[in-house]
Amino acid sequence: MSRARPRAKDRVDDHRARRELPPAIHYLNAEYGIWSWLFTRDHKRIALLYLFSITCFFALGGLFAVAIRLELATPAGDLVSSDVYNRLFTMHGIVMIFFFLIPSIPATLGNFLIPMMVGARDLAFPKLNLLSWYLFNIGGLLMLWTVLHGGVDTGWTFYTPFSTRYATTYVTEAALGIFISGFSSILTGLNFIVTIHRMRAPGLTWGRLPLFVWSHYATSLVIVLGTPVVAITLLLVAAERVFRIGIFDPAIGGDPVLFQHMFWFYSHPAVYIMVLPSMGVVSEIVATFAHKPVFGYRVVAVASLAIALLGFLVWGHHMFVSGQSALAALAFSLLSMMVAVPSAIKVFNWTATLYRGSIAWDTPLLYAMGFIGLFTMGGLTGVMVATLGIDIHVHDTYFVVAHFHYIMVGGALMGFLGGLHYWWPKITGRLYPRFWSRLSALIVFVGFNITFLPQFVLGYQGMPRRYHAYPAEMQVLNVMSSAGATILGLGYVIPLIYLLWSMRYGERASDNPWGSAGFEWATSSPPPTENFHETPVIDRGPYGYPHSEGVPGGLDALPGEQESGSLGLGGAPPGFGPGGAGGVSGV
Amino acid sequence: MIAGWWRAFRDYRPGLAHQFESAEQQREAASLGMWVFLATEVLFFGGLLAAYTVYRILYFDAFKAASHELDVAIGAVNTGVLLTSSLTMACAVWGTQTGRRRAAGLFLLATFVLGAVFLGLKFYEYWHKAEQHLVPGHGFHAAQLGLPEGRWGEAQMFFCLYFGLTGLHALHMLAGMAFVLGAVLPSFVGWFRPRNHGFIEGLGLYWHFVDIVWVFLFPLLYLVSRHE
Repeated sequence: MSRARPRAKDRVDDHRARRELPPAIHYLNAEYGIWSWLFTRDHKRIALLYLFSITCFFALGGLFAVAIRLELATPAGDLVSSDVYNRLFTMHGIVMIFFFLIPSIPATLGNFLIPMMVGARDLAFPKLNLLSWYLFNIGGLLMLWTVLHGGVDTGWTFYTPFSTRYATTYVTEAALGIFISGFSSILTGLNFIVTIHRMRAPGLTWGRLPLFVWSHYATSLVIVLGTPVVAITLLLVAAERVFRIGIFDPAIGGDPVLFQHMFWFYSHPAVYIMVLPSMGVVSEIVATFAHKPVFGYRVVAVASLAIALLGFLVWGHHMFVSGQSALAALAFSLLSMMVAVPSAIKVFNWTATLYRGSIAWDTPLLYAMGFIGLFTMGGLTGVMVATLGIDIHVHDTYFVVAHFHYIMVGGALMGFLGGLHYWWPKITGRLYPRFWSRLSALIVFVGFNITFLPQFVLGYQGMPRRYHAYPAEMQVLNVMSSAGATILGLGYVIPLIYLLWSMRYGERASDNPWGSAGFEWATSSPPPTENFHETPVIDRGPYGYPHSEGVPGGLDALPGEQESGSLGLGGAPPGFGPGGAGGVSGV
Repeated sequence: MIAGWWRAFRDYRPGLAHQFESAEQQREAASLGMWVFLATEVLFFGGLLAAYTVYRILYFDAFKAASHELDVAIGAVNTGVLLTSSLTMACAVWGTQTGRRRAAGLFLLATFVLGAVFLGLKFYEYWHKAEQHLVPGHGFHAAQLGLPEGRWGEAQMFFCLYFGLTGLHALHMLAGMAFVLGAVLPSFVGWFRPRNHGFIEGLGLYWHFVDIVWVFLFPLLYLVSRHE
């Protein structure tokens, strides 16, 4: 709570300054009109375009989830036919994974922040960045077209030979939609890698990069090396449907299990595309709200790379019952368990960062704490399903469904919401209501657990996934799950309302409302189009907080308490700017 | 009006994009970007090559018989044509780097022509395979392979992979040729200069990559146990 006073003072300073000076030109008011958005090359505007698109797809995917939970409220398959139910869970999976979770943090927060965190004016290839948004929407519209024509019923995994030979739904169109949007994510990953390598400001060494950038670097490697494989795989599925013959066709000796290998070679690492950026967000939030440097910075950074590398070596754990050799299954089981090591390192280091920190319980930290707890549960159940004996028992049951929702929703989505709340003042220049935002963080956490904890039990009792009817004795837990989903849905609607409200009516945010030492907070809120008025020179790490003995660039006072005469720079820590002594002359 | 457009085209000089500090940074970014893109391409072809490996091990006899139906002479000539086009492409990059813009333009044109020769020969091969009923599907007829009819499926698998791999390669050729042809005139009028040759350098990297893919495809598809 010690942070409340400096923040309030900042705001007062800010208001006074704003009354005296004409309104600042920033990226939001530099240009007006629809074309200034549709043809923008500004990474910050493209991030907002992405935010709009993925919010629409999240709502669409959420509607499918509502229908699924409504159906499962009663044991009988009475709301929709089994055929419609197949389409519901398939479209829920496809839309949520390919059109929400994979682009969620990288394309919005990553797009917005990475150039600012490396001290650049933009990404290395702004036109490719805009192209990636258009490709994403073309792929998305194709997917929307298939939804309007009845959707796809193969499951989001497109297993052959059902998808290639027997399914009568619009599998080809859906595969092409994912193929096209895959290129949008490849372009984003490529842009990040080149930007992080080639666009860093003078003095910003690899050892000074914020952990958010490190985690996006690891994510980009996975995107760039994994996505092309799923692209060619889905292209082969589409070709097999069009030509009625292809390499997965058992009639000519094709092996459907080969499809599973090629599909999971990408689709398992895709989980790390979703969760690694969230880990980066949590690292930033934990450091800022504990006012301490991240414990074991180097280890946390390397753990991101380790997760990315190990992620490519574990795909076979999806195929323990698909017919692979016992030796392969053993190796994949062992490697899968090894992923727990770098993941646990991160969890322990975040905890150690919070230990004896001066903690401010603001909304972003609530989400980050939620992430740490839920991700730990998802990760530990992940070790369970990596164990061969247990996996054969719980394979294709609600245990697995609960496990991956703890990672994808409890992990990736909590990180996205936390990051959105953390950087919202930077993105919009406005603050959101504290009460409502903290309440909704609590609602999301509670609702999530009520939804998915019962599913662990259901799965262990043997309820298979992908069925619209179940034995009557499983109804209590299913009703609990559906009720929790209602609460969870409420927790998503409240932020949508107050965040939109805050864009017009929210209190104006100072440049650094959280008192963070992060580089992105050194510029104004919202930032100017070119991010910094002058190329900054960096001579310290990203977590220069006062209690950081032995950390280069550690400060003598809390960043928010620094006296600074110039407009909007009150929150900027020293060490960021030419000379680097007590000011931000580069901004 | 056309003369005005021509003058604007001729006098246009691509400058430094606003996000870069220096021409060197811009060139390095373009070069790294192309390398990363080529890494994605390796994985893109890699998926199909992995499938090829699996089926070649499973159905080696059929792959050998089917491979012997391919025209190794045309394949060899095409390999030579493509390697020569890589030479002309390298010369175009050299010409740009050393300020010989007319030479660079001519080398680009030569690269395009050699690419077209390659695709022409490839098209002839495809047409010939269709005549031999070796295109996978209902019309597939492989009596000449010496395989029992029950194992024609395995030969079809080979031809699925043959058409898939070479077709994907041909699509990459087409895309590369479009960019090469598009760069000829700008090269003549001097858009690319020794200090600003990132585009031509990237195009060269791409062209060499497509060439290398063929260097792998030729032995994998045409030379299965040819020594026997």
